[in-house]
Amino acid sequence: MKRRQFFSTLAITAAMSALPWAASSGFAADTIKVGVLHSLSGTMAISETALKETALMAIDEINAKGGVMGKKLEAVVVDPASNWPLFAEKARQLLTQDKVAVVFGCWTSVSRKSVLPVFKELNGLLFYPVQYEGEELEKNVFYTGAAPNQQAIPAVEYLMSKDGGSAKRFVLLGTDYVYPRTTNKILRAFLKSKGVADADIMEDYTPFGHSDYQTIIAKIKKFAAEGKKTAVISTINGDSNVPFYKELGNAGLKATDVPVVAFSVGEEELRGVDTKPLVGHLAAWNYFMSLKNAENDKFIKMYRDWAKKKKLANADKVVTNDPMEATYVGIHMWKQAVEKAKSTDVDKVIGAMAGQSFKAPSGFTIKMDEKNHHLHKPVFVGEVRADGQFNVVWKTKGPVRAAPWSPYIPGNDKKKDGPDGQ
Amino acid sequence: MSHVVDLADTHLSPAVPPAGCGFRLVMKRTLRLLCCGLVILVGSARAAMPPAALSGLVADDSDEKIAAIQALASAEPESALIVLEALAKNLLMLAGGQLLIVEGESVTDAATGVKLAHVPDDAEAVTVNNRVRRELESTLAGLRLFAPDAAVRLEAAKELASGAEPASLPWIERALAQAKDPAERAQLELARARASLGSEDAKVRLSAVKTLAGSADPSVRALVAGRLVMDGERYVEADAAVRAAAADALRQIDRRFMLGDSLARVFSGVSLGSILLLAALGLAITYGVMGVINMAHGELLMVGAYTTYLTQGWFRAHLPDYVDFYVLAAIPLAFLAAALVGAIIERLVIRHLYGRTLETLLASWGVSLILIQAVRVVFGPQNMELSNPAWMSGGVELMPGLVLPWNRIVIVLFALIVLAGISAVMIRTRLGLYIRAVTQNRAMAGCVGVPTRRIDTLAFAIGAGIAGLGGVALSQIGNVGPDMGQGYIVDSFLVVVVGGVGQLAGAVLAALGLGIATKFLEGVAGAVVAKILVLIFIILFIQKRPQGLFALKGRFVEN
Repeated sequence: MKRRQFFSTLAITAAMSALPWAASSGFAADTIKVGVLHSLSGTMAISETALKETALMAIDEINAKGGVMGKKLEAVVVDPASNWPLFAEKARQLLTQDKVAVVFGCWTSVSRKSVLPVFKELNGLLFYPVQYEGEELEKNVFYTGAAPNQQAIPAVEYLMSKDGGSAKRFVLLGTDYVYPRTTNKILRAFLKSKGVADADIMEDYTPFGHSDYQTIIAKIKKFAAEGKKTAVISTINGDSNVPFYKELGNAGLKATDVPVVAFSVGEEELRGVDTKPLVGHLAAWNYFMSLKNAENDKFIKMYRDWAKKKKLANADKVVTNDPMEATYVGIHMWKQAVEKAKSTDVDKVIGAMAGQSFKAPSGFTIKMDEKNHHLHKPVFVGEVRADGQFNVVWKTKGPVRAAPWSPYIPGNDKKKDGPDGQ
Repeated sequence: MSHVVDLADTHLSPAVPPAGCGFRLVMKRTLRLLCCGLVILVGSARAAMPPAALSGLVADDSDEKIAAIQALASAEPESALIVLEALAKNLLMLAGGQLLIVEGESVTDAATGVKLAHVPDDAEAVTVNNRVRRELESTLAGLRLFAPDAAVRLEAAKELASGAEPASLPWIERALAQAKDPAERAQLELARARASLGSEDAKVRLSAVKTLAGSADPSVRALVAGRLVMDGERYVEADAAVRAAAADALRQIDRRFMLGDSLARVFSGVSLGSILLLAALGLAITYGVMGVINMAHGELLMVGAYTTYLTQGWFRAHLPDYVDFYVLAAIPLAFLAAALVGAIIERLVIRHLYGRTLETLLASWGVSLILIQAVRVVFGPQNMELSNPAWMSGGVELMPGLVLPWNRIVIVLFALIVLAGISAVMIRTRLGLYIRAVTQNRAMAGCVGVPTRRIDTLAFAIGAGIAGLGGVALSQIGNVGPDMGQGYIVDSFLVVVVGGVGQLAGAVLAALGLGIATKFLEGVAGAVVAKILVLIFIILFIQKRPQGLFALKGRFVEN
């Protein structure tokens, strides 16, 4: 009897876990299908789950205003589980089985690289909402996050400025995969061009999901004690950031001594961390939740209401961040492009995307470049506050055009400023 | 907290810093500002602040802000302390040209100390960046040097010793003239040396470098090393005697650093070892006693961690005053929860598969997937937010530059306690005796009346319960999510296999050995390569010694 009960519970559990997929494959004639490809489990879930919610919220918002060309949008959500080959499988499923018009998804560059061949082969359309290392321009992808010159380079320039602490030595710390490796290659070349010697740069990598940062913090302390002002540039991704920042706080490495600037840490990642010992550490983004403007107030309120409606975990404490903003902007620009092209045909939409503009929550009207598939974005450098938000301490005057081919990598000057086949 | 300032209440007196002899630009500017401050002070009534200085605090330009902080501090030390502390804590707000200190419900006008009913709608926080914060902290420490409380004074002196800016020099000098306590004096001497390292007088620099040689602060090393840097063709430090003294000081500091560095490495190895041990102890029992390869062991850790999460939630909801002790309450709960899950797994699955190793492995792997998915359905796929209790945050500074985080110290102690407890159970109790009997010879134990089946369940439940305890520890340093167990299962098996099956002492040695080896290799080769090297080492080791570090001695009946 008892055993039977247990097994029936198991069956229910299994059935429930399969539900989201079952629900998403239902068909409706008068809708446009939109794929959402974000890890909802595994090491990247900490960052990507909120992007899924943002995408669903934006779709809901568009539907409430009558949809796109009179048709409602229908989201197809899949979970590639922080498993890079699975990203490609799920992308193929979205494009061939569900026949979605567009996919919003990916966070890590390795997942983007994994789905690229699928999008090229099937001529799909991907909106990628996260800052990345550049060195890529694909016809089938629109990059709504920052290229290195819209995040990494300005952040390092800030660290080298008087207000940033006039840093002379740099620790380049990252998770071991393509984005941190490439970004650090660019940064190393950039630092060299500014006269920083190789001996003044330390590079170190940890695997995905790494949780013991004692050695690394000790190494940073030692490196910083060797002389000259030191700063840490972190490209650690995913949930490793929580143990990293916990260790940083516990080890008493203060921002006034050795500031850490992060490129993949925002409001969402800091939610699980006590930020009081971290005050003053930095992040560089194109949007912060703490920005004060009408568009942002609207965006934050919309997401808070959404979290309450959907009963998200800790709904009263949800935060917005840069990739969420980029997701939101991307969906709206796609909608505008579809309406301009009067079709969801991928090639027509790609053509109509050029020059689209949107009043973004960052407070600027930002524009999709006519040629290079990247947004023109403002850059902000923020310091962590005790409440887990960021104080903007430096910003550009206005949106900056993306340079996906970094001038600091040799040979890039000959690369074309637009994707092939367009 | 009230911020009404009353001169009569304070022991602070307006500062008239002794004029330093020829300092760099910063000093000159400061002195000029100090004089300005004095003039304003004479003209001002009670604690009302010079409006110019206050307006400087909200300037966009960092230079202006820093100048305003220094001017305020020298002009109105007692009220400046309050305003600057508020600025450092991000409590200062600007509303229509009026500076307010907003702390919870209490709102005070920063300039006059008058209470306000509420925060105006247009109030905006006054922010500082790292550069201003550095100056601010240094200035605040300077002001606190004259606090009535000796402990506060000592703390301020310590802070200045590890971060004094040249601008603080006048205060340090004045405090030195008053200070009696030798500990305070020593810190102040260091602070003075630090602040005067940039002096124009070579003699002052020489004595500063010599004093700093006795300091053990990590930031001092960088300062002293800075004296030896070449700027283009010539040295930053023009005086050869100072350079020689700096090189000498550097050698002394480095010797102390070496010691701290080795200690830190050993500690992080022990810490990792204790975590591995907590994760693997339970497995040492289940694998050792029953020969069951329990792939769901990692998920039992997860059960413990989620129990901790639920306990935290319950404490937050019902006993918010005691939330710091939720970890203690979670320890027995996690043990029971994991033991219960373990007993259920044993009764329902493992029991039917004894002696069939491969089937147990597959079945328990299935159980692990079911547990992961069940947690994902119930709690969601995201990591849970667990905050360390206050007494586990921060660290203890064993020696300057060597901070041991409290959470890791507590976990090492916890591992020791769990180890002692489990050894006591295994050695002293009848249950332990039975478990050992079954481990050594199941058939014979059964013959003499040991209820082997029940012992199996109990042993499995105890093993699972210990995994639950491991989960409590892991929740304090790592992430708590549905997949967390997967990251530890391989490491746990490695510890058990290297240590020798069925051996607690082996598991302890293996966990510590692997922990220290990993941390040592990480220091040399980086985390990624270290992991590979450790795995290669284990493969070679198992080739050489398949029975692990310790093998059970005695007569066995295999299968």
